[in-house]
Amino acid sequence: MLNLAEWLATTQWSIALHESLYWYPWIESSHVLFICFFFGTLLFVDLRLTGKVFTNLSISEMNKGILPLTVVGFCLMSLTGLLLFYAIPVRNYQNIFFRIKILLIIIAGVNALFFHKRMSKEAKKWDKDSFIPNSMKVSAIASLFIWSLVIISGRMIAYNWFDCDRQPQPEWINFLTSCVVDYQLYEGIDGT
Amino acid sequence: MEPNQIIELFYFFEDSFIGQYIRGSTWLFPVIESFHLLGLAVLGGSVVIGDFRLMGFILKTESTSYVVKQTRTWFKLGFCLLVLTGVPLFLSEAVKCYYSRAFWIKMICLTIGIAFTFFIRNPLVLKIEEGKLISLLGLSSFLLWTVVAASGRWIGFS
Repeated sequence: MLNLAEWLATTQWSIALHESLYWYPWIESSHVLFICFFFGTLLFVDLRLTGKVFTNLSISEMNKGILPLTVVGFCLMSLTGLLLFYAIPVRNYQNIFFRIKILLIIIAGVNALFFHKRMSKEAKKWDKDSFIPNSMKVSAIASLFIWSLVIISGRMIAYNWFDCDRQPQPEWINFLTSCVVDYQLYEGIDGT
Repeated sequence: MEPNQIIELFYFFEDSFIGQYIRGSTWLFPVIESFHLLGLAVLGGSVVIGDFRLMGFILKTESTSYVVKQTRTWFKLGFCLLVLTGVPLFLSEAVKCYYSRAFWIKMICLTIGIAFTFFIRNPLVLKIEEGKLISLLGLSSFLLWTVVAASGRWIGFS
């Protein structure tokens, strides 16, 4: 994986993005806007499931009306996110917050998968009875909670507190970030 | 107010207790900033759903006033979170903000955005419901808040 990241870093476009004065901030800003698009619309879909908003609309109507926006937001957010990763691949790959974020996205993805599997099967029934099982409400709230953590950890990637080029770090940090540290280099500095 | 009085005021903000306290901590600024981003997402979602309905893209079976009413509470909640986190962020680096063009663009658009939303967009939607003017209101509101969010992000680059 590290080799892959190192190879990506040597590609022409990665270097161009990394060094560009304007492309990087523009992509970063649009990433933020698409986060609003994605999370903001998801918020209302999930709030509808808990019965907090848009109670005039059935679950199916709400999903049909709003989820396309959420999907578009997700795609654009992912695209800009991939570009941001591609601009600084090695540093991101070894960044602890990036790793936490990816883990959280996987968890959110699994949650969403179960959520939508069940919803596509039973939404019609919930529309008719205007009743939503508690497990679905929990799943909706959990989705908002996990995506909030994704946003927070994503914002933290910008900070280099635990980066590989800032040593010494505790051993467990270097383990989690798979940093390759030449300890002999630091022995001299520490005087140990 | 003279320009040098404004910069003095910004130095005063930066020297405030909250400003100093945040600058003294490694974690505080990033954590507050993350919640600022969350607030932005909540406000952004309310803006997107409200304005896309005004432009006639989504939820066309429901009236514009119903959709705007449903999003209003969350707009206010997002806004409160943004102000509560935004003010401390500003206090911690007020002087940098003074010299940042992005900051001033954001503040001007934010002022217009707030006035526009509460005094023009929302009251007019409740009155008129549909039509070309309503679509235009949606488009203007959407563009305004996009500039606020993007220029806000840009403060961090300068």
